[in-house]
Amino acid sequence: MTEYVNINPKVQKASRASFGEALVSIGEKYPEVVVLDADLSVSTKSAGFSKKFPERFFQMGIAESNMIGTAAGLALSGKTPFLCSFGCFVVGRFETIRISIAYNQVNARIIGTHAGLGIGEDGYTQMALEDIALMRSLPGMGVLQPADAIETAKMIEYLAGHHKGPVYVRLTRQNLVTLFNQDYEFQYGKGVMLKEGKHIAILATGGTVYNSYLACEKLDKDGLSTSLINIHTLKPIDEDLILKLARSHKRIVTVEDHNIIGGLGSAVSEVLAEEGASIPLLRLGVQDIYGESGTAEDLYEKYGLSPQKIYESICTDHLQLT
Amino acid sequence: MNDEDHTIEKLTQIARELRILALKAITEAKSGHPGGSLSAADIVTTLFFHQMSHDPQNPHCPDRDRFVLSKGHGCPILYAALAKAGYFPESELLTTLRKVNSRIQGHPDHVRFPFMETSSGSLGQGLSIAQGMALAAQIDKKKYKIYCLLGDGEIQEGQIWETAMSAPKYHLDNLIAIIDANKGQIDGYTKDVMNLSPLKQKWEAFNWEVQEINGHNFSEILNAFNNTQKEQKKPHLIIANTIKGKGVSFMENNIEWHGTAPTPEQRDKAIQELTSEKYS
Ligand SMILES: Cc1ncc(C[n+]2csc(CCOP(=O)(O)OP(=O)(O)O)c2C)c(N)n1
Ligand SMILES: [Mg+2]
Repeated sequence: MTEYVNINPKVQKASRASFGEALVSIGEKYPEVVVLDADLSVSTKSAGFSKKFPERFFQMGIAESNMIGTAAGLALSGKTPFLCSFGCFVVGRFETIRISIAYNQVNARIIGTHAGLGIGEDGYTQMALEDIALMRSLPGMGVLQPADAIETAKMIEYLAGHHKGPVYVRLTRQNLVTLFNQDYEFQYGKGVMLKEGKHIAILATGGTVYNSYLACEKLDKDGLSTSLINIHTLKPIDEDLILKLARSHKRIVTVEDHNIIGGLGSAVSEVLAEEGASIPLLRLGVQDIYGESGTAEDLYEKYGLSPQKIYESICTDHLQLT
Repeated sequence: MNDEDHTIEKLTQIARELRILALKAITEAKSGHPGGSLSAADIVTTLFFHQMSHDPQNPHCPDRDRFVLSKGHGCPILYAALAKAGYFPESELLTTLRKVNSRIQGHPDHVRFPFMETSSGSLGQGLSIAQGMALAAQIDKKKYKIYCLLGDGEIQEGQIWETAMSAPKYHLDNLIAIIDANKGQIDGYTKDVMNLSPLKQKWEAFNWEVQEINGHNFSEILNAFNNTQKEQKKPHLIIANTIKGKGVSFMENNIEWHGTAPTPEQRDKAIQELTSEKYS
């Protein structure tokens, strides 16, 4: 295993919680950072920043479009706004993002929390399942999703001080298992190798990375050697790495808590198809249906994203192909 | 006792039962929104057990009055009303709310559970949908009314004010919006998060027929709905001043209870209060 990997199920944290802590520390370091929220600061965890830096925090009320436009104006005036809500509500104001933020190419950081089935009981109306697809379709928009606390902290630090242009960051409600140690370095646009194998390359993102890791362990036991790659940057996607994996493996699997249309599975298939790489691709994720209420665990089981279901899908796929 | 006293006694008793049912369901689900369910209980009770024309035996009757729950997270109280009215079994509400494969979703789902006139849960959309229903009634020359329940935080959404603008243009006096003015939202008190006062004057300036009432006083609620039945060529708005968490002392006016489920012990304490003499 690579030296920056340190998988520890005993230490878990939601990426929104790591984000909240990271916001406070970048607030100290970067005076141009400002934060906006739309009556969800308790949930998105921007509340910590609001207490520490009240003069740089803007409570916009339940009015996401106004928050987006205001953030664009702040960014056009030299600030680095982090604007926060649930992923579904902020990306739901797509056309406002499209013009005010994306077309202006401003340094806004759109933070969408409670992404995917992982929100659980609140159900589909609060569940961002199309946000990656929408944000990926905007030219110049970076689309990011961290897989653990350390990656989140390093990503947020990078976005505060080093990145130019608009970015969408997708965060989880549910706790994520620690995958990395402090040696981990965040590199925008680069996939992160978690383990290397020979037969099957699994590319996962966000909350599904650890479940994919558990599935890998079972597959390895069955004699199917697996590689696991964490894709924290969904756009721009790491084309070189995907093509390298296509050359060295017999099949590729993508795993995401998002509609398979427009998300990681689509991004990977675009790269493979354009290169004419003839390698079978299995896209695990929400199969173009609406989500629902249930515990996050029950939903991951039903929609095929639990470790066991990921394992079974890959086994079935493997049997069909051989 | 006169007729109104009888009605009020009946409604008080039903509202108490709906509050208990909603709290039981939220407790069993281990998540949900008690605060905004309890604040809306008396309004929802009056609508389903007195004001609205509807029939659980013929739930999709084209002439029924419509109820649009724009503040979708308040659905436990709507589910409780529908169960109590006989649309579906109470046991289903108590055992399947928010569970996987249930039609009793965390927020209203019109396709899984068509007694919901529309899906909702993303705030700010319901009033436009209610307006569409009101326009359809106008085209079809139907007499039914559309009642739309809004949160006082929800009305911070710009889309609400777009409907505030358009409904008077079409003289939609069959549209009756009610604001559950419970003074709270998620990040704090509505006046601190994004103050909208003076609310009455704002809606009046948009040309709505506005009434302001105590949303826990059945006499005032009945009277307000009564006033909306006359043709006035203007859409109606009732600002119902309510208490978030109404009926349970430890939930009342406490923002913490916006979206937290009670423990079984807290539920029992709440039920005790709701069944005691002091509750009214
Ligand atoms: C568009 C949108 N933004 C944010 C939310 C998250 N949210 C759910 S309830 C709520 C507060 C609602 O307050 P209010 O409308 O006053 O409801 P009540 O007090 O009656 O519960 C918020 C912000 C949402 N459901 N929809
Ligand atoms: Mg409120």
